[in-house]
Amino acid sequence: MATLTLTVNGTLSTHTVEPRTLLVHFLREHLNLTGTHIGCDTSQCGACVVHLNGVSVKACTVLAVQCDGATITTIEGLAQNGELHPLQASFRAEHALQCGFCTPGMIMAAADLLQQHPHPSDEAIRHGLQGNLCRCTGYEHIVRAVRSAAATLNPQAKPESL
Amino acid sequence: MIPRPFAYHAPTSVAEALRLLGAYGDEAKLLAGGHSLLPAMKLRLAAPSVLIDLNQIAALRGVTLHGSVAIGSMTTWAAIGQHAGLRQALPVLSATVQLIGDLQVRNRGTLGGALAHADPAADAPALTLALAATLHVHGLQGTRTIAAADFFTDMLTTALAPDEILTAIKFPPLGAGEGAAYLKLPHPASRYAVVGVAAYLKLDGPQVRVCRIAVTGAGTKAERQPQAEQALCGGPGDAESIAAASTLAGEGMDILGDLYASELYRRAMVKVYTKRALTAALAEARG
Ligand SMILES: Cc1cc2nc3c(=O)[nH]c(=O)nc-3n(C[C@H](O)[C@H](O)[C@H](O)COP(=O)(O)OP(=O)(O)OC[C@H]3O[C@@H](n4cnc5c(N)ncnc54)[C@H](O)[C@@H]3O)c2cc1C
Ligand code: FES
Ligand code: FES
Repeated sequence: MATLTLTVNGTLSTHTVEPRTLLVHFLREHLNLTGTHIGCDTSQCGACVVHLNGVSVKACTVLAVQCDGATITTIEGLAQNGELHPLQASFRAEHALQCGFCTPGMIMAAADLLQQHPHPSDEAIRHGLQGNLCRCTGYEHIVRAVRSAAATLNPQAKPESL
Repeated sequence: MIPRPFAYHAPTSVAEALRLLGAYGDEAKLLAGGHSLLPAMKLRLAAPSVLIDLNQIAALRGVTLHGSVAIGSMTTWAAIGQHAGLRQALPVLSATVQLIGDLQVRNRGTLGGALAHADPAADAPALTLALAATLHVHGLQGTRTIAAADFFTDMLTTALAPDEILTAIKFPPLGAGEGAAYLKLPHPASRYAVVGVAAYLKLDGPQVRVCRIAVTGAGTKAERQPQAEQALCGGPGDAESIAAASTLAGEGMDILGDLYASELYRRAMVKVYTKRALTAALAEARG
Protein backbone atom coordinates (compact mmCIF):
# COMPACT_ATOMS: atom_id res chain seq x y z
CA MET A 1 0.00 0.00 0.00
CA ALA A 2 1.11 3.57 -0.67
CA THR A 3 0.18 6.88 0.91
CA LEU A 4 -1.09 9.64 -1.28
CA THR A 5 -1.71 13.30 -0.40
CA LEU A 6 -3.30 15.44 -3.07
CA THR A 7 -5.69 18.30 -3.74
CA VAL A 8 -8.83 17.39 -5.66
CA ASN A 9 -11.20 20.21 -6.65
CA GLY A 10 -9.64 22.45 -3.99
CA THR A 11 -9.75 19.94 -1.11
CA LEU A 12 -6.54 18.50 0.33
CA SER A 13 -6.72 14.93 1.64
CA THR A 14 -4.54 11.90 2.37
CA HIS A 15 -5.33 8.31 1.32
CA THR A 16 -3.90 4.83 1.32
CA VAL A 17 -4.05 3.08 -2.04
CA GLU A 18 -2.67 0.04 -3.79
CA PRO A 19 0.02 1.13 -6.29
CA ARG A 20 -1.98 -0.45 -9.13
CA THR A 21 -4.97 1.84 -8.50
CA LEU A 22 -5.60 3.93 -11.60
CA LEU A 23 -6.37 7.61 -11.02
CA VAL A 24 -9.83 7.16 -12.54
CA HIS A 25 -10.71 4.36 -10.10
CA PHE A 26 -9.32 6.40 -7.21
CA LEU A 27 -11.53 9.38 -8.14
CA ARG A 28 -14.64 7.29 -8.69
CA GLU A 29 -14.33 4.72 -5.92
CA HIS A 30 -12.32 6.41 -3.17
CA LEU A 31 -13.64 9.97 -3.59
CA ASN A 32 -17.06 9.11 -5.10
CA LEU A 33 -16.44 11.60 -7.93
CA THR A 34 -18.29 9.59 -10.55
CA GLY A 35 -18.48 12.41 -13.09
CA THR A 36 -15.20 11.10 -14.52
CA HIS A 37 -16.24 8.18 -16.74
CA ILE A 38 -14.58 5.03 -18.06
CA GLY A 39 -15.43 4.24 -21.67
CA CYS A 40 -12.66 1.92 -22.86
CA ASP A 41 -9.78 -0.37 -22.01
CA THR A 42 -7.37 1.08 -24.53
CA SER A 43 -6.78 4.74 -23.49
CA GLN A 44 -8.57 5.92 -26.62
CA CYS A 45 -12.03 7.28 -25.68
CA GLY A 46 -11.24 10.27 -23.44
CA ALA A 47 -14.31 9.81 -21.18
CA CYS A 48 -11.90 9.90 -18.21
CA VAL A 49 -10.11 13.21 -18.91
CA VAL A 50 -9.26 15.33 -15.83
CA HIS A 51 -6.68 18.05 -15.21
CA LEU A 52 -3.47 17.02 -13.43
CA ASN A 53 -1.47 20.08 -12.33
CA GLY A 54 -3.38 22.15 -14.88
CA VAL A 55 -3.07 19.95 -17.98
CA SER A 56 -5.51 17.39 -19.33
CA VAL A 57 -4.70 13.71 -18.90
CA LYS A 58 -6.54 10.44 -19.34
CA ALA A 59 -7.16 9.38 -15.74
CA CYS A 60 -7.32 5.73 -16.84
CA THR A 61 -3.67 5.91 -17.91
CA VAL A 62 -2.13 7.51 -14.82
CA LEU A 63 -1.55 5.72 -11.51
CA ALA A 64 -3.05 7.35 -8.42
CA VAL A 65 0.35 7.04 -6.65
CA GLN A 66 1.88 9.21 -9.39
CA CYS A 67 -0.37 12.05 -8.18
CA ASP A 68 1.16 12.40 -4.71
CA GLY A 69 1.44 16.16 -4.10
CA ALA A 70 -0.57 16.97 -7.22
CA THR A 71 -3.55 19.23 -7.85
CA ILE A 72 -6.45 17.64 -9.71
CA THR A 73 -9.59 19.17 -11.18
CA THR A 74 -12.47 16.96 -12.29
CA ILE A 75 -15.72 17.93 -14.00
CA GLU A 76 -17.25 18.37 -10.52
CA GLY A 77 -14.72 21.12 -9.79
CA LEU A 78 -15.27 23.20 -12.89
CA ALA A 79 -18.34 25.22 -11.86
CA GLN A 80 -17.47 28.16 -9.58
CA ASN A 81 -19.84 29.49 -6.87
CA GLY A 82 -22.74 27.53 -8.31
CA GLU A 83 -22.25 29.07 -11.78
CA LEU A 84 -21.67 26.69 -14.67
CA HIS A 85 -18.29 27.07 -16.41
CA PRO A 86 -18.78 28.73 -19.84
CA LEU A 87 -18.04 25.37 -21.50
CA GLN A 88 -20.72 23.64 -19.43
CA ALA A 89 -23.18 26.41 -20.28
CA SER A 90 -22.34 26.33 -24.00
CA PHE A 91 -22.58 22.51 -24.20
CA ARG A 92 -26.09 22.87 -22.78
CA ALA A 93 -27.08 25.80 -24.99
CA GLU A 94 -25.67 24.32 -28.21
CA HIS A 95 -27.04 20.78 -27.66
CA ALA A 96 -23.51 19.36 -27.61
CA LEU A 97 -24.61 16.19 -25.80
CA GLN A 98 -27.18 13.48 -26.15
CA CYS A 99 -26.48 10.57 -23.76
CA GLY A 100 -23.83 12.66 -21.96
CA PHE A 101 -21.37 9.82 -21.41
CA CYS A 102 -18.52 11.51 -23.24
CA THR A 103 -19.37 15.01 -21.97
CA PRO A 104 -17.24 15.30 -18.80
CA GLY A 105 -14.09 14.22 -20.65
CA MET A 106 -14.99 16.32 -23.67
CA ILE A 107 -15.41 19.45 -21.50
CA MET A 108 -12.18 18.86 -19.53
CA ALA A 109 -10.24 18.35 -22.77
CA ALA A 110 -11.82 21.46 -24.29
CA ALA A 111 -10.93 23.48 -21.18
CA ASP A 112 -7.26 22.51 -21.63
CA LEU A 113 -7.46 23.33 -25.33
CA LEU A 114 -8.83 26.82 -24.57
CA GLN A 115 -5.99 27.48 -22.09
CA GLN A 116 -3.50 26.86 -24.90
CA HIS A 117 -5.52 28.34 -27.77
CA PRO A 118 -7.88 30.98 -26.36
CA HIS A 119 -9.69 31.36 -29.67
CA PRO A 120 -9.10 28.26 -31.77
CA SER A 121 -10.20 27.77 -35.37
CA ASP A 122 -12.68 24.93 -35.98
CA GLU A 123 -9.77 22.88 -37.28
CA ALA A 124 -7.82 23.48 -34.06
CA ILE A 125 -10.89 22.48 -32.00
CA ARG A 126 -11.20 19.20 -33.92
CA HIS A 127 -7.45 18.55 -33.56
CA GLY A 128 -7.62 19.37 -29.82
CA LEU A 129 -10.50 16.94 -29.25
CA GLN A 130 -8.99 14.02 -31.19
CA GLY A 131 -8.64 12.07 -27.94
CA ASN A 132 -12.36 12.22 -27.17
CA LEU A 133 -14.86 9.91 -28.84
CA CYS A 134 -18.59 10.65 -28.95
CA ARG A 135 -20.99 7.98 -30.19
CA CYS A 136 -24.04 10.26 -30.34
CA THR A 137 -23.60 13.79 -31.59
CA GLY A 138 -21.49 13.57 -34.73
CA TYR A 139 -19.23 16.24 -33.13
CA GLU A 140 -20.72 19.18 -35.05
CA HIS A 141 -22.50 20.68 -32.05
CA ILE A 142 -19.52 20.00 -29.81
CA VAL A 143 -17.27 22.09 -32.06
CA ARG A 144 -19.94 24.80 -32.06
CA ALA A 145 -20.13 24.73 -28.24
CA VAL A 146 -16.36 25.06 -27.83
CA ARG A 147 -16.30 27.93 -30.33
CA SER A 148 -19.09 29.66 -28.42
CA ALA A 149 -17.37 29.15 -25.03
CA ALA A 150 -14.14 30.57 -26.48
CA ALA A 151 -16.02 33.71 -27.52
CA THR A 152 -17.49 34.05 -24.00
CA LEU A 153 -14.14 33.49 -22.28
CA ASN A 154 -12.09 35.69 -24.62
CA PRO A 155 -14.38 38.15 -26.38
CA GLN A 156 -11.49 40.17 -27.87
CA ALA A 157 -9.38 37.34 -29.26
CA LYS A 158 -9.16 36.64 -33.01
CA PRO A 159 -9.47 33.14 -34.44
CA GLU A 160 -6.11 31.43 -34.83
CA SER A 161 -5.06 28.17 -36.36
CA LEU A 162 -3.09 25.29 -34.81
CA MET B 1 -9.34 -3.48 -16.39
CA ILE B 2 -6.96 -3.25 -13.50
CA PRO B 3 -3.26 -4.18 -13.65
CA ARG B 4 -1.81 -7.04 -11.62
CA PRO B 5 -0.40 -5.90 -8.26
CA PHE B 6 3.13 -4.49 -8.28
CA ALA B 7 5.54 -2.61 -6.02
CA TYR B 8 6.11 1.02 -6.97
CA HIS B 9 9.35 3.02 -6.75
CA ALA B 10 9.89 6.62 -7.81
CA PRO B 11 13.65 7.31 -7.73
CA THR B 12 14.89 10.90 -8.13
CA SER B 13 18.20 10.15 -9.88
CA VAL B 14 19.37 7.93 -12.73
CA ALA B 15 21.88 6.27 -10.35
CA GLU B 16 19.07 5.29 -7.96
CA ALA B 17 16.92 4.02 -10.83
CA LEU B 18 19.83 1.89 -12.09
CA ARG B 19 20.40 0.48 -8.61
CA LEU B 20 16.71 -0.53 -8.44
CA LEU B 21 16.90 -2.06 -11.93
CA GLY B 22 19.96 -4.03 -10.83
CA ALA B 23 18.23 -5.22 -7.65
CA TYR B 24 14.96 -6.37 -9.27
CA GLY B 25 16.23 -7.55 -12.65
CA ASP B 26 13.64 -9.03 -14.98
CA GLU B 27 10.73 -8.48 -12.57
CA ALA B 28 11.01 -4.70 -12.97
CA LYS B 29 9.83 -2.34 -15.72
CA LEU B 30 10.63 1.33 -16.14
CA LEU B 31 7.60 3.63 -16.27
CA ALA B 32 7.88 6.75 -18.46
CA GLY B 33 4.69 8.41 -19.75
CA GLY B 34 2.85 5.14 -19.24
CA HIS B 35 0.92 5.46 -22.51
CA SER B 36 2.18 2.20 -23.93
CA LEU B 37 3.00 0.34 -20.71
CA LEU B 38 -0.12 1.06 -18.62
CA PRO B 39 -2.59 0.09 -21.40
CA ALA B 40 -0.65 -3.18 -21.78
CA MET B 41 -0.75 -3.74 -18.00
CA LYS B 42 -4.50 -3.02 -17.90
CA LEU B 43 -5.04 -5.70 -20.53
CA ARG B 44 -2.55 -7.89 -18.62
CA LEU B 45 -0.38 -8.23 -21.67
CA ALA B 46 2.37 -7.00 -19.34
CA ALA B 47 2.52 -7.84 -15.64
CA PRO B 48 5.75 -6.55 -14.08
CA SER B 49 5.96 -7.07 -10.33
CA VAL B 50 7.95 -3.87 -9.82
CA LEU B 51 7.49 -0.49 -11.52
CA ILE B 52 10.33 2.04 -11.46
CA ASP B 53 8.79 5.42 -12.29
CA LEU B 54 11.22 7.81 -14.03
CA ASN B 55 8.90 10.84 -13.70
CA GLN B 56 10.66 12.24 -10.60
CA ILE B 57 14.08 12.39 -12.31
CA ALA B 58 14.30 16.04 -13.39
CA ALA B 59 17.65 15.47 -15.14
CA LEU B 60 15.91 13.35 -17.79
CA ARG B 61 13.62 16.18 -18.94
CA GLY B 62 14.32 19.09 -21.23
CA VAL B 63 15.64 20.26 -24.57
CA THR B 64 19.12 21.73 -25.13
CA LEU B 65 20.24 23.36 -28.36
CA HIS B 66 24.04 23.58 -28.45
CA GLY B 67 25.23 22.55 -31.88
CA SER B 68 23.14 19.40 -31.86
CA VAL B 69 19.60 19.08 -30.56
CA ALA B 70 19.61 17.08 -27.32
CA ILE B 71 16.32 15.91 -25.82
CA GLY B 72 16.03 14.21 -22.42
CA SER B 73 14.33 10.84 -22.70
CA MET B 74 11.52 11.87 -20.30
CA THR B 75 10.60 15.02 -22.24
CA THR B 76 6.92 14.79 -23.13
CA TRP B 77 5.57 15.22 -26.66
CA ALA B 78 3.80 18.36 -25.42
CA ALA B 79 7.05 19.90 -24.13
CA ILE B 80 8.79 19.09 -27.41
CA GLY B 81 5.91 20.55 -29.42
CA GLN B 82 5.82 23.76 -27.38
CA HIS B 83 9.59 24.41 -27.54
CA ALA B 84 10.03 27.56 -29.65
CA GLY B 85 13.77 27.08 -30.33
CA LEU B 86 13.16 23.55 -31.54
CA ARG B 87 10.63 24.76 -34.08
CA GLN B 88 13.51 26.73 -35.65
CA ALA B 89 16.25 24.12 -35.27
CA LEU B 90 14.33 20.97 -36.22
CA PRO B 91 10.89 21.90 -37.58
CA VAL B 92 10.23 18.31 -38.69
CA LEU B 93 10.26 17.14 -35.06
CA SER B 94 7.81 19.83 -33.89
CA ALA B 95 5.52 18.98 -36.81
CA THR B 96 5.71 15.22 -36.15
CA VAL B 97 4.67 15.70 -32.53
CA GLN B 98 1.36 17.20 -33.68
CA LEU B 99 0.61 13.93 -35.50
CA ILE B 100 1.09 11.74 -32.41
CA GLY B 101 -2.00 10.41 -30.63
CA ASP B 102 -4.03 13.23 -29.12
CA LEU B 103 -3.64 16.13 -26.68
CA GLN B 104 -3.72 13.87 -23.59
CA VAL B 105 -1.33 11.29 -25.06
CA ARG B 106 1.08 14.13 -25.86
CA ASN B 107 0.76 15.55 -22.33
CA ARG B 108 2.06 12.28 -20.81
CA GLY B 109 3.90 10.28 -23.49
CA THR B 110 7.66 10.77 -23.88
CA LEU B 111 10.15 10.55 -26.73
CA GLY B 112 12.35 8.12 -24.77
CA GLY B 113 9.41 5.88 -23.90
CA ALA B 114 8.29 5.71 -27.52
CA LEU B 115 11.77 4.76 -28.76
CA ALA B 116 12.37 2.20 -25.99
CA HIS B 117 8.95 0.66 -26.66
CA ALA B 118 9.62 0.46 -30.43
CA ASP B 119 6.01 -0.06 -31.43
CA PRO B 120 6.01 -1.08 -35.12
CA ALA B 121 3.47 1.68 -35.86
CA ALA B 122 5.07 4.46 -33.78
CA ASP B 123 6.22 7.65 -35.49
CA ALA B 124 9.45 8.57 -33.71
CA PRO B 125 11.49 5.48 -34.72
CA ALA B 126 11.22 6.38 -38.43
CA LEU B 127 12.17 9.98 -37.72
CA THR B 128 15.25 9.06 -35.66
CA LEU B 129 16.39 6.73 -38.47
CA ALA B 130 15.98 9.36 -41.19
CA LEU B 131 17.67 12.06 -39.10
CA ALA B 132 20.51 9.71 -38.02
CA ALA B 133 19.89 10.43 -34.32
CA THR B 134 22.03 8.92 -31.56
CA LEU B 135 20.59 7.41 -28.40
CA HIS B 136 22.41 7.89 -25.11
CA VAL B 137 22.14 5.12 -22.59
CA HIS B 138 23.18 4.66 -18.93
CA GLY B 139 23.74 1.23 -17.43
CA LEU B 140 25.33 -0.20 -14.31
CA GLN B 141 28.42 -0.87 -16.45
CA GLY B 142 28.63 2.75 -17.62
CA THR B 143 27.31 4.80 -20.50
CA ARG B 144 27.16 4.14 -24.23
CA THR B 145 25.82 5.67 -27.39
CA ILE B 146 23.74 3.73 -29.93
CA ALA B 147 23.09 4.95 -33.47
CA ALA B 148 19.40 4.91 -34.38
CA ALA B 149 20.38 2.59 -37.26
CA ASP B 150 21.47 -0.04 -34.68
CA PHE B 151 18.72 0.56 -32.12
CA PHE B 152 15.53 -1.02 -33.52
CA THR B 153 16.21 -4.72 -33.76
CA ASP B 154 12.75 -6.30 -34.03
CA MET B 155 9.05 -5.84 -33.20
CA LEU B 156 8.94 -4.10 -29.76
CA THR B 157 12.62 -4.95 -29.35
CA THR B 158 15.64 -2.66 -29.17
CA ALA B 159 19.37 -2.84 -28.53
CA LEU B 160 18.78 -1.69 -24.92
CA ALA B 161 19.86 -4.22 -22.30
CA PRO B 162 17.28 -4.93 -19.55
CA ASP B 163 19.41 -3.03 -17.00
CA GLU B 164 19.92 0.06 -19.16
CA ILE B 165 18.09 3.39 -19.21
CA LEU B 166 17.75 5.55 -22.29
CA THR B 167 18.68 9.03 -21.04
CA ALA B 168 18.84 11.35 -24.06
CA ILE B 169 18.39 11.49 -27.82
CA LYS B 170 20.63 13.70 -29.97
CA PHE B 171 19.74 14.92 -33.46
CA PRO B 172 22.22 16.63 -35.77
CA PRO B 173 20.86 20.11 -36.54
CA LEU B 174 19.61 20.81 -40.07
CA GLY B 175 21.62 23.41 -41.97
CA ALA B 176 21.31 25.15 -45.33
CA GLY B 177 20.69 22.71 -48.19
CA GLU B 178 19.16 20.13 -45.82
CA GLY B 179 15.51 19.26 -45.42
CA ALA B 180 13.38 16.63 -43.69
CA ALA B 181 9.73 15.66 -43.46
CA TYR B 182 7.57 13.02 -41.81
CA LEU B 183 4.13 12.21 -43.16
CA LYS B 184 1.71 9.48 -42.19
CA LEU B 185 -1.58 7.87 -42.91
CA PRO B 186 -3.02 7.68 -39.37
CA HIS B 187 -5.30 4.91 -38.17
CA PRO B 188 -8.58 6.76 -37.63
CA ALA B 189 -9.16 5.43 -34.10
CA SER B 190 -5.71 5.01 -32.58
CA ARG B 191 -3.85 7.68 -34.64
CA TYR B 192 -0.87 5.31 -34.91
CA ALA B 193 0.72 5.11 -38.37
CA VAL B 194 -0.91 2.69 -40.82
CA VAL B 195 2.02 3.84 -42.90
CA GLY B 196 4.47 6.62 -41.96
CA VAL B 197 7.48 7.83 -43.93
CA ALA B 198 10.35 10.04 -42.77
CA ALA B 199 12.65 11.51 -45.42
CA TYR B 200 15.88 13.49 -45.14
CA LEU B 201 17.76 15.09 -48.04
CA LYS B 202 21.03 17.00 -48.27
CA LEU B 203 21.70 18.89 -51.47
CA ASP B 204 24.98 19.82 -53.09
CA GLY B 205 23.90 22.54 -55.48
CA PRO B 206 21.04 20.98 -57.43
CA GLN B 207 22.28 17.42 -56.74
CA VAL B 208 21.14 15.10 -53.96
CA ARG B 209 24.20 14.40 -51.82
CA VAL B 210 22.67 12.38 -48.96
CA CYS B 211 19.26 10.74 -48.76
CA ARG B 212 17.70 8.76 -45.93
CA ILE B 213 14.19 7.33 -46.00
CA ALA B 214 12.59 5.34 -43.19
CA VAL B 215 9.20 3.63 -43.15
CA THR B 216 7.11 2.79 -40.07
CA GLY B 217 3.73 1.12 -39.63
CA ALA B 218 4.20 -1.27 -42.53
CA GLY B 219 6.46 -3.96 -41.09
CA THR B 220 7.60 -5.37 -37.77
CA LYS B 221 9.85 -2.38 -37.12
CA ALA B 222 10.81 0.97 -38.63
CA GLU B 223 13.21 0.38 -41.54
CA ARG B 224 15.46 2.38 -43.86
CA GLN B 225 14.80 2.03 -47.61
CA PRO B 226 18.24 1.54 -49.19
CA GLN B 227 16.99 0.90 -52.75
CA ALA B 228 14.99 4.11 -52.95
CA GLU B 229 17.78 6.07 -51.22
CA GLN B 230 20.40 4.87 -53.71
CA ALA B 231 18.16 5.68 -56.64
CA LEU B 232 17.94 9.29 -55.52
CA CYS B 233 21.54 9.88 -54.38
CA GLY B 234 23.74 11.72 -56.88
CA GLY B 235 20.73 12.55 -59.04
CA PRO B 236 19.03 15.89 -59.71
CA GLY B 237 16.38 15.55 -56.99
CA ASP B 238 13.57 16.74 -59.23
CA ALA B 239 9.95 15.57 -59.31
CA GLU B 240 10.73 12.84 -61.84
CA SER B 241 13.59 11.27 -59.90
CA ILE B 242 11.53 11.44 -56.68
CA ALA B 243 8.65 9.65 -58.41
CA ALA B 244 11.02 6.99 -59.74
CA ALA B 245 12.76 6.45 -56.37
CA SER B 246 9.40 6.22 -54.56
CA THR B 247 8.38 3.18 -56.59
CA LEU B 248 11.34 1.35 -54.97
CA ALA B 249 10.20 2.09 -51.39
CA GLY B 250 8.99 -1.00 -49.56
CA GLU B 251 10.82 -3.31 -52.00
CA GLY B 252 12.52 -6.14 -50.12
CA MET B 253 10.53 -5.36 -46.98
CA ASP B 254 8.09 -7.77 -45.31
CA ILE B 255 4.88 -5.78 -45.23
CA LEU B 256 2.06 -6.72 -42.87
CA GLY B 257 -1.63 -6.80 -43.60
CA ASP B 258 -4.35 -6.56 -40.96
CA LEU B 259 -8.09 -5.93 -40.65
CA TYR B 260 -7.68 -2.26 -41.36
CA ALA B 261 -5.16 -2.30 -44.22
CA SER B 262 -4.18 -5.22 -46.44
CA GLU B 263 -0.57 -5.92 -47.40
CA LEU B 264 -1.22 -4.64 -50.93
CA TYR B 265 -2.77 -1.42 -49.72
CA ARG B 266 0.06 -0.77 -47.26
CA ARG B 267 2.63 -1.47 -49.97
CA ALA B 268 0.94 1.08 -52.24
CA MET B 269 0.74 3.64 -49.43
CA VAL B 270 4.46 3.21 -48.65
CA LYS B 271 5.21 4.44 -52.16
CA VAL B 272 2.67 7.26 -52.04
CA TYR B 273 3.88 8.56 -48.68
CA THR B 274 7.53 8.20 -49.67
CA LYS B 275 6.88 10.44 -52.64
CA ARG B 276 5.08 13.00 -50.51
CA ALA B 277 7.72 12.99 -47.77
CA LEU B 278 10.57 13.33 -50.28
CA THR B 279 8.79 16.17 -52.04
CA ALA B 280 8.30 18.02 -48.74
CA ALA B 281 11.92 17.37 -47.67
CA LEU B 282 13.17 18.67 -51.01
CA ALA B 283 11.10 21.85 -50.69
CA GLU B 284 12.65 22.47 -47.26
CA ALA B 285 16.17 21.72 -48.50
CA ARG B 286 15.73 24.23 -51.34
CA GLY B 287 14.58 26.78 -48.70
C1 LIG C 1 -4.55 6.45 -27.54
C2 LIG C 1 -3.10 6.44 -27.89
C3 LIG C 1 -2.69 6.89 -29.14
C4 LIG C 1 -1.33 6.89 -29.48
N1 LIG C 1 -0.98 7.32 -30.71
C5 LIG C 1 0.32 7.31 -31.09
C6 LIG C 1 0.73 7.76 -32.37
O1 LIG C 1 -0.08 8.24 -33.16
N2 LIG C 1 2.02 7.67 -32.70
C7 LIG C 1 2.97 7.19 -31.82
O2 LIG C 1 4.14 7.15 -32.18
N3 LIG C 1 2.61 6.78 -30.59
C8 LIG C 1 1.32 6.83 -30.20
N4 LIG C 1 0.97 6.42 -28.95
C9 LIG C 1 2.02 5.95 -28.03
C10 LIG C 1 2.56 7.06 -27.21
O3 LIG C 1 3.37 7.93 -27.97
C11 LIG C 1 3.36 6.48 -26.03
O4 LIG C 1 3.43 7.51 -25.13
C12 LIG C 1 4.73 5.97 -26.36
O5 LIG C 1 4.73 4.95 -27.30
C13 LIG C 1 5.42 5.37 -25.12
O6 LIG C 1 5.97 6.38 -24.40
P1 LIG C 1 5.72 6.50 -22.83
O7 LIG C 1 6.55 7.63 -22.37
O8 LIG C 1 4.27 6.60 -22.58
O9 LIG C 1 6.36 5.14 -22.31
P2 LIG C 1 5.84 3.98 -21.32
O10 LIG C 1 4.53 3.48 -21.75
O11 LIG C 1 5.95 4.45 -19.92
O12 LIG C 1 6.98 2.90 -21.58
C14 LIG C 1 7.03 2.13 -22.76
C15 LIG C 1 8.14 1.09 -22.67
O13 LIG C 1 9.43 1.68 -22.75
C16 LIG C 1 10.20 1.42 -21.58
N5 LIG C 1 10.89 2.67 -21.25
C17 LIG C 1 10.29 3.88 -21.10
N6 LIG C 1 11.22 4.83 -20.88
C18 LIG C 1 12.43 4.22 -20.91
C19 LIG C 1 13.77 4.69 -20.78
N7 LIG C 1 14.04 6.00 -20.56
N8 LIG C 1 14.79 3.79 -20.87
C20 LIG C 1 14.51 2.47 -21.10
N9 LIG C 1 13.26 1.98 -21.25
C21 LIG C 1 12.22 2.83 -21.14
C22 LIG C 1 9.18 1.00 -20.53
O14 LIG C 1 9.77 0.12 -19.59
C23 LIG C 1 8.12 0.31 -21.36
O15 LIG C 1 8.51 -1.02 -21.64
C24 LIG C 1 -0.36 6.42 -28.56
C25 LIG C 1 -0.77 5.98 -27.29
C26 LIG C 1 -2.12 5.99 -26.95
C27 LIG C 1 -2.53 5.52 -25.60
S1 FES D 1 -11.43 5.38 -20.20
FE1 FES D 1 -11.18 5.54 -22.36
S2 FES D 1 -9.46 6.84 -22.47
FE2 FES D 1 -9.67 6.61 -20.36
S1 FES E 1 -23.21 12.39 -26.08
FE1 FES E 1 -23.34 10.23 -26.07
S2 FES E 1 -21.26 9.67 -26.34
FE2 FES E 1 -21.20 11.78 -26.65
